Amino acid sequence: MSTATDKHHPQLAADFNRDEPRVNWHDETLWWVRAKRDIAAHKLPEWELLRETASQIKLNVLSNLSAYLEQFEANATKNGVIVHWAQDAAEHNQIVYSLLEQRGISKMVKSKSMLTEECHLNEYLKEQGIDVIDSDLGERIVQLANEPPSHIVLPCIHKKKEEIGDIFHEHLGSAKGESDPKILTETARQHLREVFLTRRAALTGVNFAIAETGEFVICTNEGNADMGAHLAEIHIASMGIEKIIPKRKHLGVFLRLLTRSATGQPITTYSSHFSKPQDGSEIHIVIVDNGRSIQLGREEFRNSLKCIRCGACMNTCPVYRKSGGHSYHTAIAGPIGSILAPNLDMKKYADLPFASTLCGSCSNVCPVKIDIHDQLYKWRQVIVKSGYTPTAKSMAMKAMAITLASPTLYRMGGKTGRLVFKYAPFAVNNKFNPWYNQREMPKAPEQSFGEWYAKRKGAKN
Amino acid sequence: MSREKILAAVKFNQPGANPLPDMEVLNALTDIKTDLISKYKTVATAGGTFVHEVSDFNGIKVILKNDFKPEVKIISALDELSDYIYTDTVKFEDGHSFADVELTILRTNLGVAENGALWLTEKQMGSRVLPFIAQHLAVVIGKDDFVPTMAQAYEVIGDADYGYGSFISGPSKTADIEQSLVIGAHGPRSLSVFILS
Repeated sequence: MSTATDKHHPQLAADFNRDEPRVNWHDETLWWVRAKRDIAAHKLPEWELLRETASQIKLNVLSNLSAYLEQFEANATKNGVIVHWAQDAAEHNQIVYSLLEQRGISKMVKSKSMLTEECHLNEYLKEQGIDVIDSDLGERIVQLANEPPSHIVLPCIHKKKEEIGDIFHEHLGSAKGESDPKILTETARQHLREVFLTRRAALTGVNFAIAETGEFVICTNEGNADMGAHLAEIHIASMGIEKIIPKRKHLGVFLRLLTRSATGQPITTYSSHFSKPQDGSEIHIVIVDNGRSIQLGREEFRNSLKCIRCGACMNTCPVYRKSGGHSYHTAIAGPIGSILAPNLDMKKYADLPFASTLCGSCSNVCPVKIDIHDQLYKWRQVIVKSGYTPTAKSMAMKAMAITLASPTLYRMGGKTGRLVFKYAPFAVNNKFNPWYNQREMPKAPEQSFGEWYAKRKGAKN
Repeated sequence: MSREKILAAVKFNQPGANPLPDMEVLNALTDIKTDLISKYKTVATAGGTFVHEVSDFNGIKVILKNDFKPEVKIISALDELSDYIYTDTVKFEDGHSFADVELTILRTNLGVAENGALWLTEKQMGSRVLPFIAQHLAVVIGKDDFVPTMAQAYEVIGDADYGYGSFISGPSKTADIEQSLVIGAHGPRSLSVFILS
């Protein structure tokens, strides 16, 4: 499900901010998840070494990625798994469709895969007449609501339980007005169990793919990936090229970091290692590039490919928490999404690197130590140089540059500003000034530092 | 062909060599073998697992008899718990036939103290879907089968050859609705662990 919109982050964030209590709830809930992450991280004295080790393993992966991909393919093939390669989203979708079509399958169950969101697989398959049901509870909720996920780990974090109750009443027949999470979850369990038992095809994502063994690992709390995959005759696993890790023992590093960073849990309920297909069934892996190899060549941004999709940078981000995942109008929201998206389409996502205060909290919590806020800052420079900044912003920046370059203009500007604040505050405290949105403008000082200093100097002499 | 194009692009764009880090210091820091069972119990219980310490299989039988009615379908992978359907007799059945299983009982040789995870391979499961499709899951583990962290767990697993394996750390759960924790998402509604002394 894509966000079909021409609006940019500031407008979409403003839309989200119309409902102030909801924004506050969203903000507090995500901060609570961040706090749980802190408690989990602080329990491990070796946490920082763990992060550093993970970061170095991922750097090694990026340096040897072509060889690791070939090694993974060779070992997976030896295990009886069929490997496909897709250069872009369209090819990925086409491969998935042809696998289904060849077998006369028209219904598929799918567990969480942000890659398939990136590729807009569901919409594509729907056009081909394939019915896809998302089995992760949060994803099923947003799918029924006809919305994309707003968070990579918590897909429906923007929804209140009463709204979910209404959706379930309409689509799954739960009682009108029912909003108890336990009862709603049970309703989804019954509905999806029927789905698991009747689908011949299951698609899953991949958390880690191990070059040394050819196996891949999927992490869930609900058990939905396993229920789908084990009951289907064909299991399709979609993975980006960056999901590779060299050795099985490296899982001992990444599985320790992933959920502690994501939700504060010590590990997911299920960390399932798929090596060979079951008797009578098939496993297909689709390895997808879709712009990743280009990002790999961007020296300043290649570290973004270390990401293990824990969502910690979103939970901690003051902008994400207060603007909501949909305001990023891309499959992967938040700080990490804002450094991945411009690689895919610099013009369309030119707004995203600016949707940050550059406070650095994202980089501090990142389990693989991606320099997220530095990359956001660097993207801004690339975007400005490439001419993709919004016109208002470039005009303002030009005016600012001229003013700062001239002492006379600078002094004049300061004086005018103070006069306006003092005698005509309505000129700035209005809806045409974006800085005034959700803020009171401060009182202007009587004089500038320059004026104060000159006076003081005069008095001393 | 896409494969060649992708590999060529990756090879062209990937940075120069960076060695894999040495993990010895990290692994030594985590290799603390004291109080493994009490650490395991604390974490597992917090994650919603029911942990029982039993002295023999009779202790397990007593608890299971109390928790499950005799008429429900129970599948066991343990010779010692022979009152139930034995996994070996059903392992070639189609996974869908297990839809009405109330309880699956499995045996593991590896538990992780830091996170409550229990390692189960396809061989130990009988059928891959059994630990997921059952309404409830019980796992039996020896008291000496615990390791401190995932680092040691993968040392134990080593280069074992399995078709499928999973670390299972509790009952199936979700918090997707307003972050309220609900036990029993799509898999088992409970996990009972029996530590054999």
